Amino acid sequence: MSSDATPSADRPHPRAIVAGHGEFAAGLVSAVQQITGRGDQLIPVAVYSLGVEDIESLLRKKMLEADVHVIFTDLQAGSCTMASRRILRGRDDAVLIAGINLPTLLDFVFTEGKTAPEAARHAAERGRAAITVHGAGA
Amino acid sequence: MTLELYRIDDRLIHGQVVVGWGQPLDIGFIVLVDDLVAEAEWEQDLYRMGVPPEMDLYFHSTSDAITALPKYRSDPRPGILLTGDIATMRRLVDDGGVDTVNVGGIHSRAGRVQRLRYVFLSPDEERALRELSARGAVVTAQDVPGARPVSLSDILAGNEP
Repeated sequence: MSSDATPSADRPHPRAIVAGHGEFAAGLVSAVQQITGRGDQLIPVAVYSLGVEDIESLLRKKMLEADVHVIFTDLQAGSCTMASRRILRGRDDAVLIAGINLPTLLDFVFTEGKTAPEAARHAAERGRAAITVHGAGA
Repeated sequence: MTLELYRIDDRLIHGQVVVGWGQPLDIGFIVLVDDLVAEAEWEQDLYRMGVPPEMDLYFHSTSDAITALPKYRSDPRPGILLTGDIATMRRLVDDGGVDTVNVGGIHSRAGRVQRLRYVFLSPDEERALRELSARGAVVTAQDVPGARPVSLSDILAGNEP
């Protein structure tokens, strides 16, 4: 771990990577920042032109550089999810949460006193429960 | 119905295929032709988890796929056949009677030059695409159904629509 990744009071340690299609990650992280001011816990990653091996290398590099053990992705079938599952294969110190929404990340950045993977699992439950339906179509 | 799309896509199963094409075409099955994946159970499980439960996913080596193609063509459901590279599709054109090829994604890698937003080709790959066309296959690039198909000459000229 580099000294740059050391947690400090004035510069929070990134705790997770957010990756997905288009500007999904940057959009969600900017929303987290606007609502909470805690967007710097998240590292947004876009992968427009990359093949699968390069997506895997990029995510692996980002995880190592920032010493994070949590990856959030947008879609179960997505390339970032596939690459993340390859990265996590055989590891028991990291977690992937696929299919996230904004409430997932909001819960994550506010969960303290847990390891980042524990916080991510908690956030996944919150995100799942946060989808509500109102009006026609019942 | 039959195989609706013969697609070269180095990401294989991913969002554009499963959702982007899968939903509007009401795809019932995907045939993934890849010699390495056909022998790797873990990889197959990985891809299986990427498709919705109502969609079947079949794995074949290239030579098995050639034998199995008639069965998939007579399947009552609409399907997609995927290869991860041009060389595999070339064999299906040569020996499997594939006559339309969709270039869906060949991404950045050392030795490749960008032609479209989602198509990067090495000189060998460019030659291979020309050969597909010379053998009578209609080759177009189209990442998602709503995009305009790009002809081979426009792909090679880098004319992004």
